[in-house]
Amino acid sequence: MSELSVGAMSSLRGGSGSSRGRSAPDLLETAANLLAQATAGEEIEVYVSRSRETSVRAFRGEVESLSSAESTGAGIRVVSDGRQGFAYAASLDDELLACALADARDNARFATRDDYCGLAVPDGAPVVAVDAWSSELESFPLDGKVTMALELEDRVRSGDPRIREVPLADYDDEIIEQAVVSTSGIQASTRRSWCSLSVQAIAADGSDSVTSSGFAVARNPSSLDSDTAAREALERSVRLLGARPVRSGRLSVVMDARVTAAFLSVLAGAFSGERVQRGQSFLADRSGEQVASDAVSIIEDPTDPEALGASSYDSEGIACRRQVLVGSGTLSGFVYDTYAGRLSGLPSSGSAVRSGFSGIPVAGCRAVRFQPGPEEMSLDDVLRVVQNGLFVQSISGVHSGVNTVSGDFSVGAEGLMIRDGAFAEPVREVTIASTMQRMLQSVLVVGGDLQWLPGSAAGQPLAVGDLSVSGR
Amino acid sequence: MGSFSLDARQGAHDERLDPGAGLLEAQTVEKVLFEALRNGGDFAEVYAEDKRGSSAVFEDGKVAELSSGIDIGAGIRVVAGETTGFAHVSDLSEASLIDAARAASAVAKMGGSGSKVLAAVGDTPLGVHRVSKLPARGEKHAKVELLVRADAKARQEGAAIRQVVVSYADSRRRFLVASSDGVFATDDRVRTRFGVSCVALGDSGFQTSYETVGRTAGFELFDDVSVEEIARVAARRAIAKLSARPAPRGVTAVVLASGSGGILFHEACGHGLEADHIAKDSSVFTGRIGEQVASPLVTLVDDGALDGEWGTCAVDDEGHPAQRNVLIHDGVLCDYMWDRLRASKDRRKSSGNGRRQSYRHLPMVRMTNTYVMPGVEDPDEVVAQTPKGIYVRKLGGGQVNTVTGDFVFGMTEAYLIENGMIADPIRDANLIGNGPEVLKKVDVVASDFAVEPGTCGKDGQMVPVGCGQPTLRVSELTIGGTSGE
Repeated sequence: MSELSVGAMSSLRGGSGSSRGRSAPDLLETAANLLAQATAGEEIEVYVSRSRETSVRAFRGEVESLSSAESTGAGIRVVSDGRQGFAYAASLDDELLACALADARDNARFATRDDYCGLAVPDGAPVVAVDAWSSELESFPLDGKVTMALELEDRVRSGDPRIREVPLADYDDEIIEQAVVSTSGIQASTRRSWCSLSVQAIAADGSDSVTSSGFAVARNPSSLDSDTAAREALERSVRLLGARPVRSGRLSVVMDARVTAAFLSVLAGAFSGERVQRGQSFLADRSGEQVASDAVSIIEDPTDPEALGASSYDSEGIACRRQVLVGSGTLSGFVYDTYAGRLSGLPSSGSAVRSGFSGIPVAGCRAVRFQPGPEEMSLDDVLRVVQNGLFVQSISGVHSGVNTVSGDFSVGAEGLMIRDGAFAEPVREVTIASTMQRMLQSVLVVGGDLQWLPGSAAGQPLAVGDLSVSGR
Repeated sequence: MGSFSLDARQGAHDERLDPGAGLLEAQTVEKVLFEALRNGGDFAEVYAEDKRGSSAVFEDGKVAELSSGIDIGAGIRVVAGETTGFAHVSDLSEASLIDAARAASAVAKMGGSGSKVLAAVGDTPLGVHRVSKLPARGEKHAKVELLVRADAKARQEGAAIRQVVVSYADSRRRFLVASSDGVFATDDRVRTRFGVSCVALGDSGFQTSYETVGRTAGFELFDDVSVEEIARVAARRAIAKLSARPAPRGVTAVVLASGSGGILFHEACGHGLEADHIAKDSSVFTGRIGEQVASPLVTLVDDGALDGEWGTCAVDDEGHPAQRNVLIHDGVLCDYMWDRLRASKDRRKSSGNGRRQSYRHLPMVRMTNTYVMPGVEDPDEVVAQTPKGIYVRKLGGGQVNTVTGDFVFGMTEAYLIENGMIADPIRDANLIGNGPEVLKKVDVVASDFAVEPGTCGKDGQMVPVGCGQPTLRVSELTIGGTSGE
């Protein structure tokens, strides 16, 4: 269950304005102190993180809410006699960390012995220095952030007479420092920053109301493209006025960059080496096969600094690297963390991800994209190639309608009809459906104009032939 | 409504929990609230929390992931004029709390200029749930045994079952919330959840299923919930889907089985009845109190006080006692759901719907357990009276655009209805509809009833909710399948 969420990039709220936390070297020191407590035959991994966030929301010319916070915590994995236990504390308090270590040890006692279990070991792979950090964000004044949110709201509210309300206009940022160390020789620390502007607009004409959003993301506030965020919210909402369901049938679909990214971030789950090995992916047993049209190459590259999820190291402290998952339609690789690798008789591909200090690492993508076609086609070019069909600017129900095991794909969609290679009448309250297997085979064109979006995937215009559209 | 009864589990060994004890001293609370309003402001609140959780996953025949977590901290908010300032700290020392109070109050300078005398700390409504078996470290053997039993049962259901993942999670969340309005309340929430997911393999590829139970209860949940039954349901669902045909596309009648169908109402109108959406004119239900917004068969209730359900609480996360709120009565819109902020702007009382994910989050208007009251029809007759359509036995999640009212929700076990009989299973797909239109198309409501657990996300915050309904029929919904006829 979920509801419309514009500022999807920021689920973090709140916190103390005072930064009384320990400095980055202290993160490593805290972790090292825990490692020193390892007993004979016991392996320990400590993942420590600290983040600082600011959130500002403007509404009707005033600051509706403002918070600025710091969060810290540590996740501890203990492996003993082939058994793994995990515990975390949302604090770096020595007493609570001692509790967490005791809990992790106790948990390990109850796990089943598993020979594939074990901590990452350094693999000597070259480490790409990824610049994901902005020192500007640290010193950027709070009133500057507040002003950005207020100006964004005003710009959208006054941008078009058909804008009835601007329920959300947010500035958010986060600075994250992480360190992972282990008794198996891992010692890695990373830091990154991001900030975003997001705005939701409601356009109305008589009794007809529609909504859309605009946003911008960057590493530092002065790079945030407020114009684009405002323009997107205005354009994308106003053009939906008068939208209606269309008659059911089969159509070519052009996905907007955001939709492509949403699709790809779900599809990425099917490339998990662990899920593939366990038969929990529609791509299991299909390595080397033509699983997509020739136009499709899928690249996972966390070393690309343009990606918001870019990182030098994965969540187990192994160097991140570029991988081709699908090359010209042929399935050529999966992503592995240490466990998935051992399960599959392969090394880790530096693809461990975790949901902060409270999560156990799993294999996953952090910066995945479709390789743009050789001609770098713009959205207009893609529309001209497709000529007639449906342009989808937003989808809903992704978590309830997309299954990476069976491959079934069915989501709600809003957008515009494409007639004679250009936008025509607006459409809402329809679904688009297919299977992921068929969609990959039916990709007609991969556009250029790649946009890195919050989350683990990038997007660009993508044309897919022959989807089932259900409406009236 | 005689048949409407939600299990009131009253064990003989109920343990009266000790909610906010020891979290903060009353003196500390007063000092922190004083500091929060020192520079002006209309309202200040401190929310201190101690949450402990544990979980275990059984996968691929092994107890794979045993995990425990500790979250302790406090969030402080200060409201000045139209502005809310918020800060949180991850310890409960007085010095940290005072720092956070100063940080939150800094917004008083950026927002309004009002000031207010601090109200005296008032009554202490204690939140009390009956829990007979608190989750504790010593019970790990028992938890692991549940996982093993469920895995074995699921695999017994057929060779087509290729993967089974069984998960267990419990949490105990104690909090204290105190405000300059005189609120001083505590709660002690223990929740336990158990789920089984299966992957089956057949000629048509893989199919998946998931079955779960979750209650605001301790380990006694398993006194009357059979993990074997959960495993059996999950496994049979995955196997049944192996023969599923592609779902049709287009408009059709839809019969929703009791229970998870409640998600339709959670999405079709629940979110749209949250007062923050109303205040921002971002709901299709704005300004429609007193109007006939649904079929006369629809009475919709949100009730945080239901005994033991997944979205149940003694007090909400602003210290307001949980209560039963009738939102739609016989199809007429009666009221919205309110938190403190939205209620105070409208000079009325909160409805007990101020909730937050944790001390790190600001409270906002959220649903608790939302359900449609049962009607009078025999549930079996609902299908029998439907010549052609879809029977949905199990729903997944959903999503709504509150501005247009358009919503989707996913079917994870569904069948064609042909000549009033349940026929072939169909593959997973989303259904799409428009809230105000669909509410008017509810044309049969049966007398059965069930509530199921879910997790609701709003503005990045996840909270546990219950969704409930009797078996009912919607005369027209758009089904997002691939098969044209």
